Amino acid sequence: MEKFTVFEGKPAVIMRNDIDTDQLIPKQFLKNILKTGYGISLFYDWRYDENGKPRPDFILNKPEYKDATILVAGTNFGSGSSREHAAWALTDFGFKTVIAEGFGPIFYMNATKNGLLPIKLSHDDVQFIGQATDQDRIKIDLPQQTVTFRGKAFHFDFEEMYRYKFINGLDDIDITLQHEAEITQFENKLPDFAANNPGDMSKSELEKV
Amino acid sequence: MSKPQTMFDKIWNQHVITGKVGEPQLMYVDLHLVHEVTSPQAFEGLRENQRRVRRPDKTFATMDHNVPTKDVFNVKDAIAKKQMTTLQHNAEEFGVTLASVGTEDQGIIHVVGPQLGLTQPGKIIVCGDSHTSTHGAFGAIAFGIGTSEVEHVFATQTIWQQKPKTMGIHIHGDLQNGVTAKDIIMALIGQNGFDYFTGYAIEFYGNVIDAMSMEERMTMCNMVIEGGAKMGQMKPDQTTFDYVRGRKYAPRDMAAAIDYWSQFYTDDPSAYDQVMDFDVSTLAPYVTWGTNPGMAIPIDGQFPEPKDINDEKAYKYVGLTPGHSPEEIKLGFAFFGSCTNGRLADLKAAANILKGHHIAPGLTALVVPGSIAIKEAAEAIGLDQIFKDAGCDWRMPGCSACLGMNPDQVPAGVHCASTSNRNFEGRQGAGSITHLASPQMVAAAAIHGHFIDIRKEAI
Repeated sequence: MEKFTVFEGKPAVIMRNDIDTDQLIPKQFLKNILKTGYGISLFYDWRYDENGKPRPDFILNKPEYKDATILVAGTNFGSGSSREHAAWALTDFGFKTVIAEGFGPIFYMNATKNGLLPIKLSHDDVQFIGQATDQDRIKIDLPQQTVTFRGKAFHFDFEEMYRYKFINGLDDIDITLQHEAEITQFENKLPDFAANNPGDMSKSELEKV
Repeated sequence: MSKPQTMFDKIWNQHVITGKVGEPQLMYVDLHLVHEVTSPQAFEGLRENQRRVRRPDKTFATMDHNVPTKDVFNVKDAIAKKQMTTLQHNAEEFGVTLASVGTEDQGIIHVVGPQLGLTQPGKIIVCGDSHTSTHGAFGAIAFGIGTSEVEHVFATQTIWQQKPKTMGIHIHGDLQNGVTAKDIIMALIGQNGFDYFTGYAIEFYGNVIDAMSMEERMTMCNMVIEGGAKMGQMKPDQTTFDYVRGRKYAPRDMAAAIDYWSQFYTDDPSAYDQVMDFDVSTLAPYVTWGTNPGMAIPIDGQFPEPKDINDEKAYKYVGLTPGHSPEEIKLGFAFFGSCTNGRLADLKAAANILKGHHIAPGLTALVVPGSIAIKEAAEAIGLDQIFKDAGCDWRMPGCSACLGMNPDQVPAGVHCASTSNRNFEGRQGAGSITHLASPQMVAAAAIHGHFIDIRKEAI
């Protein structure tokens, strides 16, 4: 994961509530087995017409927003399906952060796993930032946990452990494997009701061979 | 006296490996369910880092999201096929048990887990799918995760999670005839909003829940994510134990298991962070009108006046107008199936209504059982014939038209009465318009070509 500390970027505002992950990346793009290449399909049904032609009035199709890095939206952003492709599509397009009034819980976790910073602000703060045009720049300072827009700074909360990961560009599995001994110890104490487990059969069959 | 605890607290506390409350804690995962759409990148990550699946014996995979339901061995979509063969190869390489297409244990992952006895009380269960909440009906903590988390669980059998707040929802009263578990959960979301339960783990309790079958309980827990909650659960009881007993992966020492599972209950409602009261006595069957599950009304209600731009956009998409009734929606499609309502009890309920009737002229109806086992059980009691005689298309199991990743899609501009869980724009196919309802309501609607109030109308 890339390190995330302080950056300044161009906002794109889609002030709508309940932008679900089906809208962020429709199902027909979930059949890939890679993590990249989804940016072109981000917001597909809003961005392209029935014939697959870009709708010129959709914000992400406007040339001045091609290099937007900060998405601003309403409440309950990323609700619905757990598809991580939604986070991949946003980062692949170039977004580094989403500022919203609230997030779907699974999307929020997915964002934190992919270096996409989810910033939750109050309704009033989001509405204020929602005035942004392509002429504005928004500054995000993660160590200080602030968003600065038109000279006004807004504080946001971001869990300390996630902040540490973002700032240092760390991968979760590396962190967890530091606890391997504790995991093994935990496993040794698990209750056992003599259940068959998946794979047990094949193991015993293997022994016979 | 010690402080009262919720069932959620008890299961949670047992699974913490490290970390403090209020921060992400490292939690042990007892069961990891896997399907073809959210796993390929996770397996790829393992391969790149030379990691293995730590506990293949706690991992189970099947194919459901994009399998065809007509001719399962003829996958015309090359990319879908690639995803399915990729899972096949990954399962072989990493030693994961896979119920592949056409084999006896295949089906929708949230139907198959319980059916095989893998889903048990007191477990932490995860899957790269938001409807994993379904398994909470057994008194488990079950939730959907993203692909990075899938990779993390593969490699470590653990997951970092921040403990959510708990909400107890007391469901009491007497349900009227024709009103179901689906209507209760749809009403809770319709009355409170699409994101009302965000940040909470929900426990449903009360006389209505106690009287429910496991199928009904699963329907309710399945849809908590539609209200924003990642997890929903119910206390395990005799109904739960009887359901698990004797299944393929059930404990062989059931006495010891039941003894252990019996510790999982909430000591007192005061232990919840929040309590909600819900009397079902006057509840009517529910139908969604708009483009998220919060946009739902009782069958005897009217489409509401738009309160914001989101409602206006929804009305524009669905082509309906405020003030009208769900009985006026002209339906062209009906879908029976999904992890919400694709179980044998759901198919029976729909067949009971369809028996001796025919679906409306011009309407297409798909029936997609939740698993091979359900399909065979339904055929053994003649349900397939009832559906076929009524003019429905009887299919092979999968997620199918719930999300239309396979060829089962609702055409643009067509209104579909659906037993599934999401009515997002384009969910069932580009331009499709979904109206969620119970299997009974969808069956009656399919006959009439529009919704009816099944409480009062004899068909």
